[in-house]
Amino acid sequence: MSGVRLLVGTRKGAFILTSDGKREHWEISRPHFAGWELYHLKGSPVDPNRLYASQSSGWFGQMLQRSNDGGKTWEPVDNKFTYDGVPGTHMWFDGTQRPWQFKRVWHLEPSLTDPDVVLAGVEDAAIFKTTDGGASWHEMPGLRGHESGSRWQPGAGGMCLHTILVDPSNHDRIFIAISAAGAFRSDDGGVTWKPINRGLKSKYLPDPNAEVGFCVHRIAMNKARPNVLFMQLHWNVMRSDDAGESWQLVSGNLPTDFGFPIEVHAHEPDTVYVVPIKSDGEHFPIDGKLRVYRSRTGGNEWEPLTNGLPQSDCYVNVLRNAMAVDTLDSCGVYFGTTGGQVYASSDSGDNWKPIVRDLPAVMSVEVQTLP
Amino acid sequence: MIRIVLPAHLRTIARVEGVVEVHVEGVVTQRTVLNALEARFPALRGTMRDHVTQLRRPFIRFFACEQDLSLESPDKPLPDAVACGDELFLVVGAIAGG
Repeated sequence: MSGVRLLVGTRKGAFILTSDGKREHWEISRPHFAGWELYHLKGSPVDPNRLYASQSSGWFGQMLQRSNDGGKTWEPVDNKFTYDGVPGTHMWFDGTQRPWQFKRVWHLEPSLTDPDVVLAGVEDAAIFKTTDGGASWHEMPGLRGHESGSRWQPGAGGMCLHTILVDPSNHDRIFIAISAAGAFRSDDGGVTWKPINRGLKSKYLPDPNAEVGFCVHRIAMNKARPNVLFMQLHWNVMRSDDAGESWQLVSGNLPTDFGFPIEVHAHEPDTVYVVPIKSDGEHFPIDGKLRVYRSRTGGNEWEPLTNGLPQSDCYVNVLRNAMAVDTLDSCGVYFGTTGGQVYASSDSGDNWKPIVRDLPAVMSVEVQTLP
Repeated sequence: MIRIVLPAHLRTIARVEGVVEVHVEGVVTQRTVLNALEARFPALRGTMRDHVTQLRRPFIRFFACEQDLSLESPDKPLPDAVACGDELFLVVGAIAGG
């Protein structure tokens, strides 16, 4: 029988949650890497037992871990992320230039074809690649070397490359997003990159047609329709039908269009999920009601999903990497909160229940659909 | 032998318990001790000092003989008592951050 494995990264360790295809009963592992921040864990689509984990600490820096047995055991791999050549500078909050300085790995994207190949998105924003299962990492310098690089600046969470999407129909096409530079696309496997921010609007940005400078929170796609992208911008939910060449506002009737995660149903390319959050000063759900909003029309028309979610006195946040969908026939949707709950729906969001309630603050959720 | 005490998280990374011993050829300094430690436990590279600059990470401190040696030059000889193994070289995660 098929099953699912959730990889949950928290402020104080990683947890692996497993269930069969019914997704009614869950086993929760003891903490892996207890006490460390786990920004992201992800499994290889080719070999589900090959997992990678980004483990970091304010004291001890960055560790990268690899598992060959689905997370039962782990081994540290190379943690050396050195920028290619002279690092150069980027914009700081006060308008001065600051040298690029590696801080941590935000996102790991294993190859669709080779379990030893992984892309890593890091802070300060850059993309690295391993082709030997993590034994060594090398920057793909074309991104950071883009002529706009000196104009990139951090968002409040740091200048992080937090999203990597590889087009399943054309592996040379890669989409990434950086806070607060924006979205970029490569059509040559990561050698060269172009900003894809046309149509994005940000309050107070002096140039309405700026090439970069957008606080993109997350991008998502349905693998069967990779030219259509959905984006949670700082404010505004956006849609592109031309692989990012242009973007249209699809916030529609959302009660607030600020948020962090965005996901697309595994089988319905026009079914999209967001978690509206009141911003900027509060960063928790409106009126203390935790509501996922679902559009079945590719945006603009949104419905609140509340069954099983707390509808009073709830003041958690859902971070950008903390939502995922499985690929079972009845699509499962999962998200984790800063309050340590992981909620799951096995019916595309109609009904929810907490799998676990009291983890440390959840930073990332990924799901593997197992044979 | 140089006897080193690592913080708990680094003992987990290195998969060791208790005091770690390393042999240092030549002058015993912070740099040569850390070089020997990282050579024996490669997973510790980058956890105590920066990969590139080799500077001590901000929240890592070094103590020995009841002295804070964190701000000493990494090439200054460590106390004789550390070099001969009578005293421990302590790698400490700073009490900071909440």
